[in-house]
Amino acid sequence: MTTDVPVLEDEIGVGDYQFGFHDPTDKYVFQSRRGLDRQIVEQISEMKNEPAWMRKFRLDALEMFFQRPMPTWGGDMSELDFQNMFYYVKASQGQEKSWDDVPEDIRKTYDRLGIPEAEKKYLAGVKAQYESEVVYGSLQEDLAKQGVIFTDTDSALRDYPDLVREYFGTVIPSADNKFAALNSAVWSGGSFIYVPKGVKIEFPLQAYFRINTQNMGQFERTLIIVDEGASIHYVEGCTAPTYSSDSLHSAVVEILVKRGGRCRYTTIQNWSNNVYNLVTKRAKAYGDSLMEWVDGNLGSKLTMKYPAIYLMEPGARGETLSIAFAGKGQHQDAGAKMVHCAPYTSSRVISKSISKDGGRAGYRGLVKATHDAHHCKSNVVCDALILDSKSRSDTYPYIEVNNNNLTIEHEASVSKIAEEQLLYLMSRGMTETEASAMIVTGFIEPLVKELPMEYAVEMNRLIELQMEGSVG
Amino acid sequence: MSSLLKITDLHVSVDEKPILKGVSLEIRQGEIHALMGPNGSGKSTLAYTLVGHPKYEVTSGSIEIDGTPLNDLDPCERARLGLFLAFQYPVTIPGVKVADFLRHAVTNIRNPARKEGESLIAMKEFRKELKERMEALGMDVEFARRYLNEGFSGGEKKRMEILQLAMLQPKFAILDETDSGLDSDAVRVVSEGLRKLAGPQMGVLIITHHERLLEYNVPQFTHVMLAGKIVETGDASLAHELHNHGYATVRQRHPTEAAEEQERQKTAPAIAAVR
Repeated sequence: MTTDVPVLEDEIGVGDYQFGFHDPTDKYVFQSRRGLDRQIVEQISEMKNEPAWMRKFRLDALEMFFQRPMPTWGGDMSELDFQNMFYYVKASQGQEKSWDDVPEDIRKTYDRLGIPEAEKKYLAGVKAQYESEVVYGSLQEDLAKQGVIFTDTDSALRDYPDLVREYFGTVIPSADNKFAALNSAVWSGGSFIYVPKGVKIEFPLQAYFRINTQNMGQFERTLIIVDEGASIHYVEGCTAPTYSSDSLHSAVVEILVKRGGRCRYTTIQNWSNNVYNLVTKRAKAYGDSLMEWVDGNLGSKLTMKYPAIYLMEPGARGETLSIAFAGKGQHQDAGAKMVHCAPYTSSRVISKSISKDGGRAGYRGLVKATHDAHHCKSNVVCDALILDSKSRSDTYPYIEVNNNNLTIEHEASVSKIAEEQLLYLMSRGMTETEASAMIVTGFIEPLVKELPMEYAVEMNRLIELQMEGSVG
Repeated sequence: MSSLLKITDLHVSVDEKPILKGVSLEIRQGEIHALMGPNGSGKSTLAYTLVGHPKYEVTSGSIEIDGTPLNDLDPCERARLGLFLAFQYPVTIPGVKVADFLRHAVTNIRNPARKEGESLIAMKEFRKELKERMEALGMDVEFARRYLNEGFSGGEKKRMEILQLAMLQPKFAILDETDSGLDSDAVRVVSEGLRKLAGPQMGVLIITHHERLLEYNVPQFTHVMLAGKIVETGDASLAHELHNHGYATVRQRHPTEAAEEQERQKTAPAIAAVR
């Protein structure tokens, strides 16, 4: 099929998700056959012309993936068919430095998503991953001169082999869980970032992930190293076309924040409602450093994601702000893990979940302290807002503490929109939809105000879209 | 021509319990009416019914503004027709800033045909107007940045209601015990605020136990409610009399309603608490 314009969601009648269009795929460079086996993994490694150690790493991980049983907790994955997926799809020849060189169909998609415009206005660098490979990349010149590396992980493996080999898989070993093993076997793309000692990047670096093919599996692999006293804000956004059958996104994100460094990792996940989003994210934070996850989950069919922070040395701080919004047919099993491995470390989790139209949103979290981790502090607050009686909210807070000398606080609340609140706003001229949206926006405002302005606006806009047509 | 809010033989039930039993009342723009009566007589029920609280079911009778029936309209549509209630117990809306809330409200009320998603009134003019109105009511402009009613004292909440009244300039304003729970300074501020706002373009219905609000805003009409009916209507002197002598003489003059009031208190003591 060849068309000049992307197919609009309305034409295929799949609801009001505004990024549900897709591009033609007939000009693609390569697409692996459906399914997963040793041969597919070898093929991926060969196409990428990888060193022998990475090929072995992949094949070992594949064995672990096959051996591991499916998790029996979290969400329903009974319809997830691993043998029906495409594990590697290459849409264009390579990564471009100018949008003009990106194939037209793909460029148009990013235009519609507003990426080149955002890049001009407020970003220090951009990576655009389309299917399995990064198709566009940029980084401000002065940052490159200061030694900042911002590239895709495949290029990093070629250009900085020692750096990659030193850290790759050290934060999240392949054996960590079934989906980490899967990613380790078939990973492609993702961001590799190194921020040298003392370099503070003022504006965010953004990566944008787009799935286009039906039954596509996207397995990006991101590795961020923030050296001593350096700081970075990394943002990722994700969308996909709306199809009647499922796609899979299973990323691994590893982060190291060295002494005195700061890293904020913001996700605005807005996959279409046919994507399984099963992601492993973990950071190690060393002495006096600060690691923050800002995790917004609005899209997908099922998300299981619990960004973790291992607080490795005294003075390390970890913070996770999590927003989950589950609408019709969606299950957001989101949360956070804080592992205190050293004394005098502190962590904070704020989680806000919203469910409507039969959606299910929940918080699953772990606070753990090892035997040596005395004088630690941890504070967890999770609030849930349920918009109607069909919808559901769950809270699963786990605490494992192996010493007595620390403070852990946990608060949880569940609320419904009160009739009185709706009446009050409606009696001031708001429609029921506007009133509900205003209450929901207010509910997440303590988190949204932490975001840079552009992302706060985007988050509120997405929430409003989610709210449209939800009542009345 | 001045607008008319017309209530005709209104019967209202809450959870299938009849509360209002035939209330008729006409309020024109520019008039001030006082509505008095003992606890549980149905004053707040009338207020909530007028703005369209879904819990209050109109079993018969009608509410109209200039001939347009309101019975089937939701609270939003009624507000856009020019009706306003200053709530006795304003709710908190966490995370929603006063200024953002008011800008939405003002836009919708001034442009009743506005659809969701259409642009809001210009920020610059709105801010200027809001600042002026807040200063006129002796409010700290910082309140515009606070979350709506969150952590507000009783007096601050009531002042916030009057600020909304000032910004929305409705044709008809109902004030439900706006003076209750306030110290005398706060009552003065609210009363003066209302006096400045009420004019030929606004019809006002003041529900009150106290006289203070009425000293600043002298009603042309005083209505007395007992057991879900308006049993007497007079001028400002009636309000004065009730304030000084209570409802004993009213009950004597209306033994049937007084008996029903007693019956209600026995069978349904919770009605007074229904907000």
